[in-house]
Amino acid sequence: MTTIGVIITTVGTIFLLLGSLGVIRLPDVYNRLQAGTKCTTLGAFLTIIGVGIMQPAWFVKCSLIAGFILLTNPISSHALGRAARKSGVALWKGSVLDKSGEFDSSDRLGTRGHQEAD
Amino acid sequence: MRKISMFVVLYVVWCLLVFPYDRTTGQWDTQSLLVGLVAALVVVVLFGNALPDRSCFLLAPRRWFWALVYIPFFAYYCLKANLEVAYLVLHPDMPIRPGIVKVRTSLRTRVAITALANSITLTPGTLTVDADEDGTLYVHWIDVKFAEDDEATREIVSRFEGHLRRIFE
Repeated sequence: MTTIGVIITTVGTIFLLLGSLGVIRLPDVYNRLQAGTKCTTLGAFLTIIGVGIMQPAWFVKCSLIAGFILLTNPISSHALGRAARKSGVALWKGSVLDKSGEFDSSDRLGTRGHQEAD
Repeated sequence: MRKISMFVVLYVVWCLLVFPYDRTTGQWDTQSLLVGLVAALVVVVLFGNALPDRSCFLLAPRRWFWALVYIPFFAYYCLKANLEVAYLVLHPDMPIRPGIVKVRTSLRTRVAITALANSITLTPGTLTVDADEDGTLYVHWIDVKFAEDDEATREIVSRFEGHLRRIFE
């Protein structure tokens, strides 16, 4: 059991390492978010599940935490990407396409909640 | 009714996290149980209205079945996404052609669109940047293969749409 847990945790850590490398190497906010989201999601997921396998008493807790990470991590990166886009962070100069100029500020998911907050 | 079911779900999650039962002595930890009650109550009072109106429909067994089918399907793409990022990061020249494309989905409910946006974010090379109420998603694609909206839609969205419709709509 411990061996399996250690292997899974190690694989998770490798993905986390690759993710952080990606954050350093890739050129702009959006590309870095891509590396950040995918690798931290799977990396953290595997690390926590691995810990749960090493300590079977914690398995239920660990799978709950892992599930929440899986659900919430993409949302945070979505929020970061949207905020970057709205505050006008430009794409990397090597980008080939940008259709987000068609954004308009009305009838967007989320703006309704914002208006209520005002 | 909605708030009561939310309360029950929250309390079950709390109990699973804290596990207020000692197997060796067979005793329940009343402190944790009470704190859980208060915490679940506070969350329901503060955020009870944040849930979509008809979230009870998610309890149908048919939807749970499709959700279970979705997990391995999704896990495959998630793993592929990670290997792809690993490849891009380790490649000395970083062969990327990033850009933002516009895709359309025929999913209508907010829950379904959220799930779709999350799935897109966790799958190879794509990251949802923004979403419109009418089902338009703006997706950052690390390696743009199709510039046209329709082709990009087919490439990015179509593989999830059918599954998610069966789960959420």
